[in-house]
Amino acid sequence: MKTADRPPAGPSPGKRTRNQAHAAAAGGTIPWPLGVPALLAALFLLVPLAGLLVRAPWRGLPRLLTDSQVLDALRLSLLCASAATAVSLLLGVPLAWVLARSQVRGTSVLRALVTLPLVLPPVVGGVALLLAFGREGIMGRLLEQWTGITLPFTTAGVIVAETFVAMPFLIITVEGAFRTSDRGLEEAAATLGATRLTVFRTVTVPLIAPSLLAGAVLCWARALGEFGATITFAGNFPGRTQTMPLAVYVALESDPDAAVALSLVLLLVSIAVLVGLRDRWLSAGASG
Amino acid sequence: MRPHPGQAAASDDHQLGADSVTWANRAHGGGDRLAMSGTVERGSFRLEADLTAAPGQVLGVLGPNGAGKTTLLRALSGLDALSSGSIHLGALTLDDAATDTFVPAESRPVGLVFQDYRLFPHLDVRDNVAYAPRIRGAGRKQARAAADTWLLRLGLTDLSGRRPHEISGGQAQKVALARALAADPRVLLLDEPLSALDARTRLDVRTQLRDHLTQFAGPVLIITHDPLEAMIMADRLLVIENGRVVQQGTPAQVARQPATQYVARLMGLNLYAGTLDPATARVHLDDGGALTVTLSDDHPASSEGGDLSSRRVLVGLRPSAITIHTAPPAHASPRNVWQGTVTALEQLTDRVRVQVDATPQALVDISAAAVAELALRPGTGVWLSAKATETEAYPGPGPTT
Repeated sequence: MKTADRPPAGPSPGKRTRNQAHAAAAGGTIPWPLGVPALLAALFLLVPLAGLLVRAPWRGLPRLLTDSQVLDALRLSLLCASAATAVSLLLGVPLAWVLARSQVRGTSVLRALVTLPLVLPPVVGGVALLLAFGREGIMGRLLEQWTGITLPFTTAGVIVAETFVAMPFLIITVEGAFRTSDRGLEEAAATLGATRLTVFRTVTVPLIAPSLLAGAVLCWARALGEFGATITFAGNFPGRTQTMPLAVYVALESDPDAAVALSLVLLLVSIAVLVGLRDRWLSAGASG
Repeated sequence: MRPHPGQAAASDDHQLGADSVTWANRAHGGGDRLAMSGTVERGSFRLEADLTAAPGQVLGVLGPNGAGKTTLLRALSGLDALSSGSIHLGALTLDDAATDTFVPAESRPVGLVFQDYRLFPHLDVRDNVAYAPRIRGAGRKQARAAADTWLLRLGLTDLSGRRPHEISGGQAQKVALARALAADPRVLLLDEPLSALDARTRLDVRTQLRDHLTQFAGPVLIITHDPLEAMIMADRLLVIENGRVVQQGTPAQVARQPATQYVARLMGLNLYAGTLDPATARVHLDDGGALTVTLSDDHPASSEGGDLSSRRVLVGLRPSAITIHTAPPAHASPRNVWQGTVTALEQLTDRVRVQVDATPQALVDISAAAVAELALRPGTGVWLSAKATETEAYPGPGPTT
C-alpha cells in the first residue's frame, strides 16, 4: 500500500496501473540493480552442478561405482562420518549445555575458542592435530605410552580429524537451542522430583530434538565432505584413510570419469541432507 | 452462586471422614503443618513473610502484582532459597539459612501448579501426569496406570492422548493439577490457577478446583489477586503488599476490617486511618476530618483506657452506608455529616458509584434514580452523612500507613 502512495522512483512520472501497484506492494517486482546480480549469483551456483550432471559418464556409471576402491572409499566415508557424528553427540551436546547454561566467567571465551574450527582452514586443523596427537605430539606420545594406540594415518585418525572439524557445527546449533529453550518447563520438572540430570534427559533434550537432529545432520554432512584436516592428519591410504573426497581428488588425475562419478554420489548425499533439513533450515532462514 | 461445601469452613484441625477419599498419602498421618518465617531476596526485591498453614487448610495469598506472591511460592517450593529464616513442614526442615540447610525443589514433597501450567509439550496429557511416578522409578505401565487414576478423578480421561497444545486452558489447568498431585506432595501450591482462563471457564473451574482442594489432606496455598476467588477458595487469607504480610485472617475478617487501602479497595470499602479519642468515640483521621464511630468488640479501647498505640485505629465505611444530600441534612440522627464536591460518577451494574472530594474523601453508592433526582454531576456541592453504627473502628497499624 505504502509503495503505491510514494512518488515513482523512475525518471518517468507516469501513473502506475492498479495491478502494478498491487504487485509492488506484494513484493512482486524486482528492481533491476538487484535482479541482475541475483540472477548471476544463482547461475554461478547452479551451473557447475548442472555441469556435473551433463558431463557425468552415465553409461559407465555402474562399472565405476562398483569398483572396489570406490566402494571402499564410500564405506569408509560413511563409517567415519557416522562415527564422528556419534562422538560429537556424546561430547558436544554436554559441552553445548555447559556453554549455554554456565554462569562461570570465561564461558564466552571458551565458546569462541571451541567454535574456532568453524572458520579455521581445515589444513591448519590437520597440522594442529598432528602437533597434539601425532607420535611426537603432546597427547599423542602419552596416548601411545599408555595404550599403544597411534592416531595419525589410521582410520581412527580420520574420525578424529572429522570430529575436530565437524563437532563445532553440532555445538553451535544445539547451544542456541539450549539457550532459548523454556527454563520454566525445567523448573516444573524439578518440582515434580526430577534431578538436574533427569531434567536434562527427560525435558531439556526432548524439547530441543529438532535442533539436535539438524545439528547432527549438519555435523555428519560436514564430516562426510572433510578433506584438508583428514589428508593432513590421516593421510591418503586407500581402504584405510582414503575417504570419498580424497578419492575424488586422486581420481581426477588418473581417471576423470571416476572422479565425476564419485562427485555425483557426494552430490546425491548432499541433496538428501538438504531435503532432510528442509523444514528446519530453509524455513528458519525465511522466518528468522 | 455455588453451594459452599461443609468442609470449606474447615478449622485448623480439619479431618476428612474415614470413608472419604484422601489424596495425600495416609502414611503421612493426614498432613503436616507448613511454617515459614524468613526473607527471600530476588535481585533488589525483598520479601518478608511469616506464615503457617495447617493440614487440610486452604490459605489464600492475596496481593497486587509485584507484591511478592510468586516469590513466596518459589521459596516454599525450593526453586529459590531463603536469605534468612526457615521453612518447616511438620518435623522436616526444608530450608534454614542459619544452619545452611536447603532441600532443593526435586527433593521437597511440595507440589506446585504454575500460573502458566508449564505442561511438557513433547508429552501427551497422560505422560505429563505420569511424569513424576515415572522418574521416581515406576515402570512405564505402572506410571501410566497411576496417571490414569488421576485423570479419572479429575474427569480428564478423554484427553489422555492429547498434546498440551490441543487442549483448552481450563483443561490444561486441571492437567497441571493432576500432574502435581501424581507426585504425591504433602503441600500443594497454586500460583494464580485461574488467571489464564476466560471469565466463563473461570467460574466452572473455580467451583471444581475448590472441591478438589478440599479433598487434599495437606496444607494448600493458593495465590490470587482476585478477591472473590480468594473468598471462595480460601479458609484463611494472607495479604501481601510490597514484600510484606500486611494482614492475616479469615476471609470474613479481612473483608470486614481491611488493614490497607489495597484490601479496602478490593473489598469496595472506604478506609480511613486515624487516632481514637475513647471518651467521645471520635476518630481524628490522619488525612484530616473526624468521624464518630462504633468500636468493634475486639478493640482494646472498648474495654479499657488503653495507651496511645492502642488508640490507632482504622475505620471502614461501606459506600452504601453513606447518604448523599444536596442541602444540609435537617435530621440530626446520623452523627457524621461532612461537606464536599462530586468529582466523578461511575455506573456499576446496579448502582452508581459517586466519588466525592471532601475531608475525608469518600466513595458513595446510590441508585441511578437518586443521581437523577439530586441532579448530581462532577462539580456539584454535596453533604455526606453516615450513621455511627455503620462506621466501625478496629485496631490499625501505626500512623505511617
